[in-house]
Amino acid sequence: MTEITEVPSPFCGIGTDDLTIRVDGVLLKVIENGCAVNTPAFEQPMTDISARVAGQEVSLEVAVAKAAELLKDTKLPLIGGCATDVNGMRGLLALADRSGAVVDNMNFTGARNNFLALQDSGWMNTTLAEVKNRCDLLLVVGTDLEGFAPRFFERYLWNKESMFIEDTSEREVIYLGRAPSGDASTNPMGKKAQVFPCAIEDLAEVVAVLRALVKKQPIRATSVAGIAVADLQLIADKLKAATYGVVTWAAGALAYTQAELTVQTLSEMVKDLNNQNTRCSGLPLAGKEGDQTANQVCGWTTGYPARTRFSSGYPEYDPFLNETKSLLANGEVDALVWVQAFNVNAVPPETDLPTIVVGRSGMTFTKEPDVFIPVGTPGIDHAGHAYRMDNVVAIRLKKLRDSGLPSTAQVLNAIEQAL
Amino acid sequence: MLIKLTGGTVYDPACGIDGQLQDIYIKDGRIVAKPTDAVVEKEYDLKGKVVMSGAIDMHTHIGGGKGNIARTLLPEDHRQDPVHRSDITRSGCGHAMPSTFVTGYRYAEMGYTAGFEPALLPINARQAHMEMADIPILDKGGYVMLGSDDYLLRMLTAKKDQKAINDYVAWTMQSAKAIGVKVVNPGGINAFKFNQRKLDLDEQNCHYGVTPRDILQVLATAVKEIGVSHPLHVHGCNLGVPGNVQTTLDTIQGIGGLPMHLTHIQFHSYGTEGDFKFSSGAAQIAEAINRNKNITIDVGQILFGQTVTASGDSMRQHANHKHASPNKWVTMDIECDAGCGVVPFKYKDQNFVNALQWAIGLETFLLVNDPWRIFLTTDHPNGAPFTSYPHLIRLLMDRSFRNDVLSTIHPEAQKMTTLASIEREYTLQEIAIMTRAGAAKLIGLKDRGGLSAGNWADITVYTDNTDRQKMFEKPDYVFKDGQLVVVDGKVVSTKWGTTHVVRPDFDPSVEKGLKDYFDRYLTMKMGNFKISDDEITEDGRGSITVHPLSS
Repeated sequence: MTEITEVPSPFCGIGTDDLTIRVDGVLLKVIENGCAVNTPAFEQPMTDISARVAGQEVSLEVAVAKAAELLKDTKLPLIGGCATDVNGMRGLLALADRSGAVVDNMNFTGARNNFLALQDSGWMNTTLAEVKNRCDLLLVVGTDLEGFAPRFFERYLWNKESMFIEDTSEREVIYLGRAPSGDASTNPMGKKAQVFPCAIEDLAEVVAVLRALVKKQPIRATSVAGIAVADLQLIADKLKAATYGVVTWAAGALAYTQAELTVQTLSEMVKDLNNQNTRCSGLPLAGKEGDQTANQVCGWTTGYPARTRFSSGYPEYDPFLNETKSLLANGEVDALVWVQAFNVNAVPPETDLPTIVVGRSGMTFTKEPDVFIPVGTPGIDHAGHAYRMDNVVAIRLKKLRDSGLPSTAQVLNAIEQAL
Repeated sequence: MLIKLTGGTVYDPACGIDGQLQDIYIKDGRIVAKPTDAVVEKEYDLKGKVVMSGAIDMHTHIGGGKGNIARTLLPEDHRQDPVHRSDITRSGCGHAMPSTFVTGYRYAEMGYTAGFEPALLPINARQAHMEMADIPILDKGGYVMLGSDDYLLRMLTAKKDQKAINDYVAWTMQSAKAIGVKVVNPGGINAFKFNQRKLDLDEQNCHYGVTPRDILQVLATAVKEIGVSHPLHVHGCNLGVPGNVQTTLDTIQGIGGLPMHLTHIQFHSYGTEGDFKFSSGAAQIAEAINRNKNITIDVGQILFGQTVTASGDSMRQHANHKHASPNKWVTMDIECDAGCGVVPFKYKDQNFVNALQWAIGLETFLLVNDPWRIFLTTDHPNGAPFTSYPHLIRLLMDRSFRNDVLSTIHPEAQKMTTLASIEREYTLQEIAIMTRAGAAKLIGLKDRGGLSAGNWADITVYTDNTDRQKMFEKPDYVFKDGQLVVVDGKVVSTKWGTTHVVRPDFDPSVEKGLKDYFDRYLTMKMGNFKISDDEITEDGRGSITVHPLSS
């Protein structure tokens, strides 16, 4: 039995790296600094150790050969999930390039709200250490931040010491659109965050008015989606008065059509504020289960984010046409490879197509895939790299135990070789 | 296997060889002396061919977060230049900010065998190395960026001594796996976070009370004292601001004889004369470079067309966003460490400012006398994509071609440049110095950049052609570590290059203060921040080459 300290987590997206984990054989127990997201993800029991073909246990070699056979004569295979570490994504993209596949990260439809805004007008963003040391006003838009990352407030807002904020408990938190699920945003003195709720799909309108107020445009309405314009004026004034305001949102939480326009309005509002003699930054929340990792590695390998196809012999990005759901529904693809090394509950979509699952040990299926290869989890079974929500920081994941499970990269490289 | 390259005309400035007929022997990846008994297994007849060592790009943005932001920002640019996979090469995209694999192939196809990322943010160094690990064929390395990090500025405010700063710089170089140290808009990226929008050489950071001049002084001293060969790599104050020629001259003067490299100096050589209050300061800059032997420069030439600027200088990039074309741009404040700004640019020959920028870069090349102290760069992708180097070489080597292009640019810009009167044409030997021997010497690369026995066999063979653009864009052969990787300008095989680093010593007690700082203020444990060797080597492709320190 050993205890490993300063363990970084690939699960929560905010790069917590202070966990202490007790390792007893292959059993893990988070004994310090766990949270509702990280603890179950680390402690998930390991069950499958052998690969299966048609439900029968086989050697890794046999499973790899079968996977290659299934992919060999496909016209357009789909590699979905894309939830793994940097080396796993390297292997995945090499396989996609060779097999002419579509690559689609499972969280891309949410992330698309950010990518469309970024690729149309850009943004001014910040990272977690700047929040920790500079942020005096946090505006949370349409997102239950503590549900997303339970330790966000403890680590980055109510931290005792900060280089440029004299008393961190005086930071202000405002929620717009969605109320928080708990009290993590209540400051250490007991002061609760201000909350201005509205229906999530009305955020587009609310945010448009907020930006107009920041730009000193006249607004004739007195309320928007149930929020008084006077309250939005108050938020606008606070953003202008803040020394280093931060506006945060989770693209996936803005689950309504054309939410990219909300992200764009927020991002343009941040730019407007920076033209009014103060500083303000955006902070998009993401980084769950390798989504930032997938987009980063696909970005440098192809030029595009992780919704890209290789069927023409070169990468072609389309944030709509390359979506897993529609490709399957329209019968456009003829095999599915599902890669998910982090989350046993993120199972492949239902399909009658030949299916190969490269998944975390413990994954269960309503319909057994043609090939299932259990792989190690980056940061538990092998070392690796994963990106945090703020994209700039890649964390070095540690190997915690000897499980004998292969890595995603090993399996995908072997399948590629077998082709 | 013993390989013989027979009868080529060799330009090897590292050995003082200037266009002499020589045979070259390659064994086990290295150049060897003529063996007395061994049998030549493969011979290349290079009669009439020009032979140089592999070219080295000493300043090119090929790895790190801002480059990937630039890629993500510009899908429409990639769609103009899709790159197909082949049996030996990966697919990707080209043009302004190519994908990593395509970066490696296209550099090699121009005869380059190494490239150095000049802006390795300490907190983003891991990403830069991971990206560079996916660049095939090339050797690579990086200059770690300091000067706007709060740790250093706190040290300066607390009046820590030079020894303490030296330890911190050496520690950071080792942690980030760097071969040099760069400073970008010294203290300015930090000042932008405090809402300062400009920072002159002697202007104080409003929080720390530290000036850019102070930062340059301690960092240039640290780099020298810890024995790093590459002088402090400086992206100065006031990038792109008309009148910044004076800032640059003051920066040269202020460093007091310490070794200093001024990068993309074209962007820092602007006067305020003329009807448009924008003029060339190239002559003054060149005169200062010629006089101050402690100074080296690279040019950061702009060339006309679409590109994207990706810089650590968030302060200046934010100011420049109004020139974004297409109109979209990104800035970031990063981890109490640095920042970045990504702004797409389309340089137009009929735009007065752009046309004069083009002329200023060329004037600088042609007016600086010593090719060992000036380097050929476009600050890829900021002035132009690296794939434009053959065109740039032709502009330098062919006066009539240069004047033909000059006669087509904005007429007012033509009047504001002395370019037409400059007769100089670069020689092949001077090109070889700028892009090979000089670059290797400047970075402190042992066994690279030359063709004498003992060097690694990074060799490029060209067919002599009076059209220098045609000559340099399509080498006959390129060897990387003795392996033939390019034939007739096309990749024929691939391999993985090494990562060049230096490992200056530091007092281990430096980690006491750092650990405390990481625990209190940063978001990562110090132990998790440091990049280990196996992060670069564990995939079986990468390797680390440690270069000697200067005494």
